[in-house]
Amino acid sequence: MRTLEPWVGPPLDSFLSESSARLVLLMTSAGQVVAQHGFARSLDVMAASALGAGIVASTAEVARLMGEPDFGALVHQGGGHGLFISAFDTPRGRWIALVVFGEDTTVGLVQLFFGRMCAELAAAAPAETPRGPVLAENFEHDLNASLHALFGR
Amino acid sequence: MTDIVVTLDRVSAIRGVRGAMLVSASDGLVIADSLMDGVDGQAVAALASSLMGRLRRTTQAAGMPAPEIMHLKAERGSLLAVPAADDVLVVAVTTADANLGLARLEMLEAARALV
Repeated sequence: MRTLEPWVGPPLDSFLSESSARLVLLMTSAGQVVAQHGFARSLDVMAASALGAGIVASTAEVARLMGEPDFGALVHQGGGHGLFISAFDTPRGRWIALVVFGEDTTVGLVQLFFGRMCAELAAAAPAETPRGPVLAENFEHDLNASLHALFGR
Repeated sequence: MTDIVVTLDRVSAIRGVRGAMLVSASDGLVIADSLMDGVDGQAVAALASSLMGRLRRTTQAAGMPAPEIMHLKAERGSLLAVPAADDVLVVAVTTADANLGLARLEMLEAARALV
């Protein structure tokens, strides 16, 4: 498991051990990755985060057409793997979770411990420190620092 | 659906039963429930189906037939689960002084009715 910010670690670690999820991606609603578990390649993370953010945006639009405020979560159940995607609010804004789970767990367990992780993240989030402007000269350094935090390289 | 609700109401009407529900065994999701306030149906469904799945795999590995009933006894109550047809579990949460014999009979009857 790798996270950009250390306070995300304990709630995510607890979720992983309780739910037996295989892959987890936490990202902002813009698709910026905050934490990941189980992904070996940065390309896979980038693809999954872009697709996950797209799915959430699409379903939010379908909800709007149906007159629903929001869909809580989206589950795809395959033969051997299931996919759980949900947007949730944190003190740092709206985040998206993409969870892949196998036959050794159930969507009910994933949902149950996902709800607990959201509550723990909300409680663990420190007060946000003001960020400086994003400057072009810092962009590559910041990007490399994020990739190093998420992939250790 | 009305029959299912009547069946669950019959189980939850037994002394000491705090709630009864039908749970999808493979998903751990609630199909129908009759619960008292304070019983977290989603949590019970998810954990009971997980326990029953592990128990079934354990008995299978030991060369024993599939369990007919799971009774998890705790200090302040019990969790009962009975597999029914079509990937469904009948689950009940009880207090420590519940009439467990009658609860088990009604749950087995409910499971048979679902076949």
